[in-house]
Amino acid sequence: MARLIRTEKEVEGRFTEQWIVVEEDALDQWPAGPRTVVGQPTRRVDGVERATGAAVYTADVQLPGMLHAAVLRSPHARARLVRLDLDAVRAAPGVRAVIGPDDLDVLTSEPCYEGHGVAAVAADSFEAARAALELAAPEWEVLEPLLDPEEAVRRESLLAEPRRHDRGDFDRGLAAADVVVQAEYRTQTLLHNPLETHQSVCHWEGDTLVLYTSTQNIWGVRDEVADAFGLPHDGVRVICRFMGGGFGAKNDAGDYTLVAAELARRTGRPVRCALTRREENVVSGNRNATIQRLTAAARSDGTLTALGGEFVSALGWDGWLGPTAGPMQMLYACANVRTVEYGAKLNLPPMAAFRAPGFVEGTFGLECLLDELAARLELDPLELRRRNHADSDGTDDRPYTSKNLMECYRRAETHWERRHEVRARSEGPWKRGVGMASQIWYGGGGPPSYAWIRVGSDGRAVVVTAMQDIGTGTRTAMAQIAAEELGVPLEHVRVEIGDSARGPYSVISGGSSTTPSMGPAVRSAAADVKRQILEIAAQRFHLEERVLDLKGGNVVSADGGSWSLEEVTGLLEDAQILGKGARGPNPTGMRVMTFGAQVAEVAVDVETGEVRVERVAAIHDVGRIVNPLGASSQVEGGIIQAIGHALSEERLDDPATGLVLTQTLDAYKVPTIADVPEIVTELVDVPDEHLTNLGSKGLGEPPIIPTAAAIANAIRDATGADVRSLPITREELLHALEAAREQERRGAAAPA
Amino acid sequence: MNVRLTVNGEPHEAEVWEGESLLFALRERLGLPGSKNACEQGECGSCSVLLDDRLVCSCLVLAVQADGHDVVTVEGLAEDGRLHRVQEAFAATGAVQCGFCTPGFVVAAADLLEHNADPSDDEIREALSGNLCRCTGYAKIFDAVRLAASQ
Repeated sequence: MARLIRTEKEVEGRFTEQWIVVEEDALDQWPAGPRTVVGQPTRRVDGVERATGAAVYTADVQLPGMLHAAVLRSPHARARLVRLDLDAVRAAPGVRAVIGPDDLDVLTSEPCYEGHGVAAVAADSFEAARAALELAAPEWEVLEPLLDPEEAVRRESLLAEPRRHDRGDFDRGLAAADVVVQAEYRTQTLLHNPLETHQSVCHWEGDTLVLYTSTQNIWGVRDEVADAFGLPHDGVRVICRFMGGGFGAKNDAGDYTLVAAELARRTGRPVRCALTRREENVVSGNRNATIQRLTAAARSDGTLTALGGEFVSALGWDGWLGPTAGPMQMLYACANVRTVEYGAKLNLPPMAAFRAPGFVEGTFGLECLLDELAARLELDPLELRRRNHADSDGTDDRPYTSKNLMECYRRAETHWERRHEVRARSEGPWKRGVGMASQIWYGGGGPPSYAWIRVGSDGRAVVVTAMQDIGTGTRTAMAQIAAEELGVPLEHVRVEIGDSARGPYSVISGGSSTTPSMGPAVRSAAADVKRQILEIAAQRFHLEERVLDLKGGNVVSADGGSWSLEEVTGLLEDAQILGKGARGPNPTGMRVMTFGAQVAEVAVDVETGEVRVERVAAIHDVGRIVNPLGASSQVEGGIIQAIGHALSEERLDDPATGLVLTQTLDAYKVPTIADVPEIVTELVDVPDEHLTNLGSKGLGEPPIIPTAAAIANAIRDATGADVRSLPITREELLHALEAAREQERRGAAAPA
Repeated sequence: MNVRLTVNGEPHEAEVWEGESLLFALRERLGLPGSKNACEQGECGSCSVLLDDRLVCSCLVLAVQADGHDVVTVEGLAEDGRLHRVQEAFAATGAVQCGFCTPGFVVAAADLLEHNADPSDDEIREALSGNLCRCTGYAKIFDAVRLAASQ
């Protein structure tokens, strides 16, 4: 019988209570360790499609009669439209429809950030659309933008109520300390820059809007667009079979989708609206900059007595306040913690989730501060972290479903011990050093998520679910889980995803939630199919079900009998065995988190300020690993993105006008293959016994979290300089080196 | 303007606008969407093709410049239904994530191995530093090129 229960849902640190229906008893988890298919390094089931150019992305969708849209975007951070000649646009060659500020909620005559949509046109070609927009000749009254986040906090221009956390007695904790360190850290605005820009193709078939889009969230886009057009939710069909990266920026429909849908409605033709790379770098979302004023206090033995922080997030015109104080509240055992977080509303483009939003920024500050504390205490940084290990969630004392951070630290030792040898390799201006940092993050996933599996007379299985693959290899992981449970070879399982009209609801591909949410549903559906197959076989061969099993594509009996699966399913001719599975709830009263530690080795040229990351060892605890090959790929990808965050990436805004100066990939420096260090990945791979029938957590986000702090700590180890602001450009590093020398001079001059 | 060119060994003819890129002509006129458009100004390498055996960003070549020339795209690397060893190596080593940059990498890596059968790591870094990938962290792309070189 279906049971209705109340459960807690978490996405990227945002919790809501919701009802779910649990229909089935949970399956027992598989024993720990690699299995026949699950836990084996597995190449992607769709790798060849991608490597041959055969995979069809939204960018490749071509529909007969398709028009191309272009959007007129505000060239000012804050302005009021005085005049706009849409009639001239309408009269331009090739133009089929034009919409302005009065026609769609996402278009405005009073833009509040650069790139805010004002008008849009659909034409026979993108060039014709762009040329037509040139004729709009907008006249603007330019207004003073608010750009400084500290000023915004003073003026109470905020996107959310200030978020406060106060536990224990912070002031008493400070008074009880032998050492107190305080520092201000800053992180920069970062851009996602997926290779496929944000885009949609919209097409009305009668009352149904068929929408091809590059998205991480098929079902969220369906609901958002249906609500915007007053349609029933299934009046919008969202299709995304392949998509070219998102990293959190493709969680919503976006103005381009709504523009394409409206222009398609008006013209009766399919319309593509695709952001250019420049638009991508202005309006598609960003990781917001932060200012963090932090305090850590400890007794001489390293026991933390107080942690405190004031966090200002420069969110831009819209967005949400990420959990920047989360690491300070959760990473270490500390009774006295006081944090306040402000989300500044500014005349800058809106933020969007970006791979562990909040925790990436907050971990940089906290983990650098902890090393500054270790230096003052003359304690080994790894030992300091061990001494303050949190056995439960400090915010509400909930026990963790599983936590193997101590095991991560144990495995980190080998890499940490290299620091003596690494430092010894310093020569001339090149100084070498080693640094580390820890990681905590969510990633437990949750309900609802569903899968269907059908098995035909040929004994082949098809997993059907309307999930998307943002490139993490979800088709492969789901095929592995189904093959494992069904006891069939991986090649006998197909996975059909990416279409809201052809499969049940699946979770957003965000918050490291895809595998922990969808995996258990797929296993559950496979178990349903397996049960039916064994029931059929038992009757066909006059055996008891309990002596039967599925192995290697055969139905086998305890007494040594074996029949190929096709012998059983073949009986049914055109009939199909249909299974369904749902993601069960997370355990109540417990906290599901991921953990890890990274050790970075750097070389720093103290004359030029150049930093080279030479090696990163990453040890992460995310429960059972489904595909070790895909998992190490996630770790490597996270680390190289984090190296970009640490050293080279920064969206620069003109401080006077609020205009984005880095709109292209030669100005916004993402790492290239030339920047790749040696990366060593170790995964603890112990199933979380309290979490689902799979015991897996997500791994998309954890690896990007500790890297920047580990690099900064390695730079301190190499040079003695405290780098407290990202990115660590040469200029930044030379300033930090000068400050360190100044401090040393003052220290030497002071009386003993 | 009318252009005639050979693409993946087949003669093609297309009516193009003077300012149109080779990338646009391949994708929109010749039905070859494997080469990807990610930056449209030569910064990312996703549109890499071979023009008379020379590696180019097809977004930086005008379609009319390819008139009378020979073009090989990612769709033309496989021969007789057999994957090019670089494609096979990318799939085998897990060098593919979202895959949007992959066609460009595959063409660039195939070009590297054509001219340098056994490249050093530094030569791989140099040869592929014009191709951007935002997902993989490049480590498995190294693995793929080394594997393909060994075959």
